[in-house]
Amino acid sequence: MEGLNNWILSLVTFIPLAGALLLIVFPRRDRDVRIFSLFVSLLTFVLSLHLPVHFASNATSFQYEVNIPWISTPAIHYHLGIDGISMWLVVLTTFLTPLCVLISWRSIHDRVKEFFILMLILETAMIGVFVALDLFLFYFFWEATLIPMALIIGIYGHERRVYAAVKFFLYTMVASVFMLGAILWIYAHTGSFQFADMQAWLNGPNAPNPHALLWLFLGFFIAFAVKVPLFPLHTWLPDAHVEAPTAGSVLLAAVLLKMGTYGLLRFNLGLFPGQSRANAPWIVALAIIGIIYGALVAMVQPNMKKLIAYSSVSHLGFVVLGIFSMTQAGIVGAVYVMLAHGISTGALFMLAGMIHDRRHTYEIAEYGGLATPMPVYATFFLIVTLASVGLPLLNGFIGEFLVLSGAFQAHKVWGILAATGVIWSACYLLWMYQRVFYGQIKVDKNKVLPDLDARERLALWPMAGAALAMGVIPLVWISAIDPAVAGALHTAVHFTSQVMAR
Amino acid sequence: MISVGDYIRIMPELVMIAAGILVMLIEPTLGDRDDRRGLGVIALAGSVISIAAALYQAASPDVQGFGWFGMVKVDSFSILFHVVIGFVAAAVILASFEYLETQNIHAGEYYGLILLGASGMMLMSAAVELVLIFIALEISSISTYVLAGIRRRALGGIEASIKYFLLGSFATAFFLYGIALIYGATGSTSIYTIADSLHSGADVPMGLVYAGVALMFVGLGFKIASAPFHVWTPDVYEGAPAPVVALMSTAPKAATFAVLLRILFAAAAPGWFWIVWVSAVLSMCIGNLGALVQTNVKRMLAYSSIAHAGYLLVAFAAARDIGISAAIFYAASYAVMNAGAFIVISHFASHGERYVNLQDYSGLGSRAPGLAAVLTVFLLSLIGIPVTGGFFAKFYVFSAALQAHLVGLVIIGLINSAVAAYYYLRVIVYMYMRAPEHEEIIPVPGAVGISLALGVLATIYLGVLPGRVIDYALQGARALVK
Repeated sequence: MEGLNNWILSLVTFIPLAGALLLIVFPRRDRDVRIFSLFVSLLTFVLSLHLPVHFASNATSFQYEVNIPWISTPAIHYHLGIDGISMWLVVLTTFLTPLCVLISWRSIHDRVKEFFILMLILETAMIGVFVALDLFLFYFFWEATLIPMALIIGIYGHERRVYAAVKFFLYTMVASVFMLGAILWIYAHTGSFQFADMQAWLNGPNAPNPHALLWLFLGFFIAFAVKVPLFPLHTWLPDAHVEAPTAGSVLLAAVLLKMGTYGLLRFNLGLFPGQSRANAPWIVALAIIGIIYGALVAMVQPNMKKLIAYSSVSHLGFVVLGIFSMTQAGIVGAVYVMLAHGISTGALFMLAGMIHDRRHTYEIAEYGGLATPMPVYATFFLIVTLASVGLPLLNGFIGEFLVLSGAFQAHKVWGILAATGVIWSACYLLWMYQRVFYGQIKVDKNKVLPDLDARERLALWPMAGAALAMGVIPLVWISAIDPAVAGALHTAVHFTSQVMAR
Repeated sequence: MISVGDYIRIMPELVMIAAGILVMLIEPTLGDRDDRRGLGVIALAGSVISIAAALYQAASPDVQGFGWFGMVKVDSFSILFHVVIGFVAAAVILASFEYLETQNIHAGEYYGLILLGASGMMLMSAAVELVLIFIALEISSISTYVLAGIRRRALGGIEASIKYFLLGSFATAFFLYGIALIYGATGSTSIYTIADSLHSGADVPMGLVYAGVALMFVGLGFKIASAPFHVWTPDVYEGAPAPVVALMSTAPKAATFAVLLRILFAAAAPGWFWIVWVSAVLSMCIGNLGALVQTNVKRMLAYSSIAHAGYLLVAFAAARDIGISAAIFYAASYAVMNAGAFIVISHFASHGERYVNLQDYSGLGSRAPGLAAVLTVFLLSLIGIPVTGGFFAKFYVFSAALQAHLVGLVIIGLINSAVAAYYYLRVIVYMYMRAPEHEEIIPVPGAVGISLALGVLATIYLGVLPGRVIDYALQGARALVK
């Protein structure tokens, strides 16, 4: 078991890539390609379950660490490791990928092999982002997610796919070079890309002056803020979501956006605790604007997928608010919202994709009364909608509650403003539900729509189950997240008090 | 006294020359309709043996060091450049088998010129005496002038050739003038003697030295197509045959960078920092902005090569062991990815180079999946996306520059590389996200396939396991400044 603990992270990270490489030489038989991809992604998921099972949940340090020198000049290490925060994001990724394979089963019928190759490469890159503890390695995986995602949007997406893909690529690419600049600048002074070394230097006695620290902070911040996306940098998101194929939207919302919030938490908060505290007010202001603005814009969207996309802007505002409330409850809540949003918004995109497969439109006005021809679909949709709204006993509630309590602890006004977001989300989601499922069937085609088939149910059951489990027994997750957050926050408080004392 | 060791020290060059002469001697004995692939095979064998000779030099330390009365120095620096140049020559020759037939080009002089030119480029990276450097530069330049115009019936080709020749001779005159001034100031043309007299505290007229260094930079700046000496590049790259562009945008550039490194660092010439700084910024900005508006893929890559010369000069400005090795690494990975990209373009261009516009690349992903995938790898490397050599090279260059506290230069470079992503990405967008204009499948002959496979492997090797090459480049950098 000891041996597996050393290699488990590498295995989980690179099995999808190995699968993708095998797919390249795979014969072009679409059915076999799908089955093989499903097998690879399920294998990855099963292996990734090793992580929570053998996780020492009270430890605050990184676990399953591997640290091998990779390149001597510049000093780059193959350094992987996870704590309670990144572990669940890894599991979220491996959990969603097989489901994404399932929902792409029939909706992707052209260039099938290439699609699954891209998806598996993307999985490796996404997991890599969460497990890398060397900043070169982190940037390596961070950039590596770009191309597969851009190609998935650009090749397999809807009408304006090229525009959306290019916009997505350029936004993220341009923003992340600032982070590269910041990483290189720190490296030039520390001679190490290791997260721990950089953290120690930035908060130690030889730290650069506050002015330089601010610029470094902003360098990281801009890269992550675009990815989250934080208002006003969110404009790529609705385009990318609407044009992407279903699996692309799911992974984009559930995992890629989390890379941004994860980065804010791990790097902005972890490396620059003093700057995070100093800059928290305006960041929180942007987050709250995002919560309210995203919700208001979502409310008037005639397009189902765009509505869900803007709801992401709103939900991710909660995450950023939680992180920069700099309280234990707020950050734990932020991590929980990340996971919950991954499940519920991922499921919403899946559901939107399934109706699109049948009617080829996302316009809400085209539907109405769907509960009659598609009762199973309507039920799943209702569960997921309620989860997303934040109904107690479902996953959305726990996270939002913790975030709000953290926000109240930090600043009453923050809490009050953000709490309105919960009401808004109930408005736009339930209103959409009402317009799609209740009332008379207005379009004749809708009368004969087939309900979900076995494959679609197979993809939705795990999502609904996870949403319920996360709402009922949150401690399973929080017991690992809590010490990790305490550790991160403790370092933050510790360093800040040091800085204050000087 | 000339010893056997001296010959071994220039063995890679000698092999190239011998193969070049052999090809040209055999060519007239062939009939009009005879298959000329044999010539290509000889040329290929020549460049492979030449690489082997360079590797032999690397393996036997007693061969390294000065030779030919101190005019040539074999060290890890020169060996690395020999291998890169040999590799590019071999890849281009492999890719030309088919091209020469479709374009109706005489194989004899084509292969001969490539081999002789490559010998000149190799000599440039080993020479440590200014006059020998000049001669080597001329050997390489004259063969590329002719190669640029080897499609004799294409008007664009002739224009390219003449333009390249006229401006090129002008530039070499600058270089020669610079040599003369340095000689006047220091009384020597040997780089290491110049270094000694510059730093011995002897009374050297520094005005002459500054002027000499600046003039030499003008001459070499032309060859590496760095702004503001870049104006010839787009026209020449557009007009010259694509495989020749694969060669001349990479191998002579790498060789010229080697010369520049030798002159600036080994001779420890003064007063070039701001010249290089300005040239780097101009090259990056002009190259990338120019490339944004191109619709001809060859022209676009011409501008991109200007930008890449700029990134490379950033490493020069960093000016330490690390900076030199970053420059060496960048030159190597640039040579591989750019040569690869042009080989794809030359194969796709078809008879008379009809298909070189962005529009023609529509749907290439379905017409020729292999070719499109390979081009995608090279383009991603040119953007600087992980897993490719281009990513690591850029990373290494900017990291070196930041260690020399060149924050401004790095920021300009980073913004530029973000802008550059757009025009490379556009090619990928056309290939994969547009419907093809016709359905014709493009076959890929074996020789082209092999050379592209080598290019892709090298690109990914440099991106994933750069350690060994970097260590060797560092060794070369130390050998250079010693």
